[in-house]
Amino acid sequence: MAALLELNECTVQFGGLTAVNALSLAIGPNDLLGLIGPNGAGKTTVFNIITGIYRPTAGTITLGGETIVGRKPNAIAARGIARTFQNIRLFESLTVFDNVRAAMTMHLRHGIAHALWRGKPFLKEEREINAQVLEILSIFHLEKAHGVACKSLSYGDQRRLEIVRALATRPKLLLLDEPAAGMNPREKDDLMKLIQFVKEKFNIAVLLVEHDMKVVMGICQRIAVLDYGVKIAEGTPAEIRQNPKVIEAYLGEETPPL
Amino acid sequence: MRQHTKLLLLAAIVVSLLVSQFVHLNPYFSIVVINIGINIILAVSLNLVNGYTGQFSLGHAGFMAIGAYASAAVTSFGGPRWFDSLGGVNTATTSGLFLVALIVGGLAAALAGLIVGVPSLRLKGDYLAIATLGFGEIIRVIIQNTETMGGSRGFSVSGVYTTIFWTYSVAAITIYVVANLVHSAYGRGFLTVRDDEIAAEAIGVNTTKYKVVAFVLASFFAGIAGGLYAHFIGYLTPEGFGFMKSIEIIVMVILGGMGNTVGVIFAAVLLTILPEVLRPVQEYRMVIYSLMLIILMLTRPQGLFGGINWSWLRRKKIPVEDGSAA
Amino acid sequence: MSEFIQQLINGLSLGSIYALIALGYTMIYGVLRFINFAHGDVYMVGAFSGYYLGRWLINSLGMQSSVLLLVVVLVGAMIFCALAGLVIERLAYRPLRNSPRLTVLITAIGVSLFLEYSGQVFFGADPKPFPALIPDHMITYAGLTFTNKELIVLGVTVILLIGLTFIVKKTRMGMAMRALSFNPMACSLMGVNNNVIISFTFGLGSALAAAAGILSSLNYPVITPLMGLLPGIKAFVAAVLGGIGNIPGAALGGLILGVSETMIVGYGDKIHVPPSYRDAVAFVLLIAILLFKPSGLLGKSTVEKV
Repeated sequence: MAALLELNECTVQFGGLTAVNALSLAIGPNDLLGLIGPNGAGKTTVFNIITGIYRPTAGTITLGGETIVGRKPNAIAARGIARTFQNIRLFESLTVFDNVRAAMTMHLRHGIAHALWRGKPFLKEEREINAQVLEILSIFHLEKAHGVACKSLSYGDQRRLEIVRALATRPKLLLLDEPAAGMNPREKDDLMKLIQFVKEKFNIAVLLVEHDMKVVMGICQRIAVLDYGVKIAEGTPAEIRQNPKVIEAYLGEETPPL
Repeated sequence: MRQHTKLLLLAAIVVSLLVSQFVHLNPYFSIVVINIGINIILAVSLNLVNGYTGQFSLGHAGFMAIGAYASAAVTSFGGPRWFDSLGGVNTATTSGLFLVALIVGGLAAALAGLIVGVPSLRLKGDYLAIATLGFGEIIRVIIQNTETMGGSRGFSVSGVYTTIFWTYSVAAITIYVVANLVHSAYGRGFLTVRDDEIAAEAIGVNTTKYKVVAFVLASFFAGIAGGLYAHFIGYLTPEGFGFMKSIEIIVMVILGGMGNTVGVIFAAVLLTILPEVLRPVQEYRMVIYSLMLIILMLTRPQGLFGGINWSWLRRKKIPVEDGSAA
Repeated sequence: MSEFIQQLINGLSLGSIYALIALGYTMIYGVLRFINFAHGDVYMVGAFSGYYLGRWLINSLGMQSSVLLLVVVLVGAMIFCALAGLVIERLAYRPLRNSPRLTVLITAIGVSLFLEYSGQVFFGADPKPFPALIPDHMITYAGLTFTNKELIVLGVTVILLIGLTFIVKKTRMGMAMRALSFNPMACSLMGVNNNVIISFTFGLGSALAAAAGILSSLNYPVITPLMGLLPGIKAFVAAVLGGIGNIPGAALGGLILGVSETMIVGYGDKIHVPPSYRDAVAFVLLIAILLFKPSGLLGKSTVEKV
């Protein structure tokens, strides 16, 4: 199956620090790939180069065959890559409804002139958008809270809202940055079901960065492991669990027998 | 109310026309009312940039200046030929000339907004504030050195054409444009730029474009306000468009609660009337004004009207028709 | 050539004034991450305190124009403004320590306006003649003629800069200032009383601005309550030019600005720029640095962590 997103020998250097080193990664159109590694391994940096916030110092990144390196983040989002953030970044002054509605501006057929003239086509499109927002909110059981300030949602609900907002952009690939952080076991179970549901229902690829091994092993088809910016292993959850290099990276070297 | 914005706009224009023609206000009140109208235009337009898009611009007076001088140039230098070719001075030809002058002023200011905005809007926070401040001062110095427009001696405007009708029609249009723009799905983009630029880009919002659009649009209306002001005060000097004027407008936006058009309108009215009320203590006016500013920031930084929920003004229908509550 | 050197000295003299004011902006930005719009008005307060102190010393104590008088007035004004700076910080800025930066910015604008307009009310808006603190001498050297006042401005500035560098580099207070500019939270966790450091910084910056006010009044002995407006903005530009938060940068920025302005006034007509554009020089430099290197000539750019 042809890859949806391909990273080829990507290197990212900040001054003297190499955050990512010659990383190659491929994600298929309906894959659920996990990206794990100790703290500081470069995982969020990988997200940032895929979404265009940083530019890799070397290497290529292609989406559906077309290169996306050098494009601005909003252009990359328009091409179908959506993401959530490690520290939830919701639009704090907007309601739940508007957080999602804002994600639909990308696909608007009508712009400024229509917003001012407010003719029939404009009003029709606004109604359609409102309906779509409510629909996607109800899929995730957030429609009752639609008029609420997003700040007053529970932490778990805020995370869910961020995912919903990302999905509202109709992406082909969803990047989730440590979505289970700060959740209790019950919430993590819900999250795992949510991610699998999202993948199936919206027919998208998911790249998941996560520290919680239960979540990663539980839902990912394949897992890539980073350590100090280098990919040290890639394989199924079972393979990764046994891989000595992975164990060493997380736990340190085994002390030699006396 | 949200459904009938076009009707409201028309009504406002008609009312201001009637008031202009048939209500005889004592000249002093007339002056205050027109000043209120001009300040509403300035504050509501600046609110689009500072309040809704979260970009701190300190140079709004510079765009007002460009609009003022450009429109004054049109009426002074273009006026005679206009009247000649249209067969003399009467209500129709005067109004036509004034309309052209105002639009030219607005467009000139919008162009300046584009020139200033594109490089400056790459900067954030404090840096943007000082860049816009710098540009505002540069504009003032350039005007001071432009002899055809009187330089620092000043320029005499050829006709006092501004009336309550003109002022409040423009004010109504400004309010209509800003409010309708922001309360559409497209308009939500402005707020995302204010709240979190990185998240905004991640959902496909072209933050630079939104910032420039807000800036240019605001400059356009500031320019028209300048044109109204020029043909009201009759005499222009560069000093009147300095940093202090920009501060006065910013204070209205802050007092009104940034990103709250209704609040900003109230604040514009309040702050235009305040100096009149303080006339008996004219000397201390600015001292009181500055103390007020400090106390306001220490006690209620969200402004007098910020944080108040204005949604009671909007009749809520079924969510599908009008889902926004912000 | 001698005219050029003359202009250069003029420029450095003017630049010294800007540098002294700019240092205050930059130090306060360093510890508080905020632009103290009212700083230019502290310069004005310095000039006025020198005015009243000088007149009292001359008229009531019968002191003569002399170096001694200059030193007493200078030190007196610096102490007074240091205290004024402490009061302002305590009343207007400390309560807003955790507020959004925009709020404090507006408060600073309020303080600035308050100082200017209450100055007008209490001192009167009319320009006042600054008393002559030292007698005029002309000094000739290598075919060049200077007034002693210009050289005094340069000399005092150098002394103050050396003093400041000593404080910042060699004292514990200075080290605390630098630490605070990197990480206020860590600083207080290390047992540093941030409030004391911040007050000290404000006092120090205000004292330098006062010195600028006195030195400036030597050469331009007419003072008004609004005199701080333009020099304040320009000194701020100088601080940004050098890299806001960077102390040597502020001094460098001030000198560059002073020399550029003087050169435009002196030689501008040779490149078709009329001297009346001198005020625009600061803003053109500002725009240029913001477009090409916003972190300033000596500043380091920081990247936001995503």
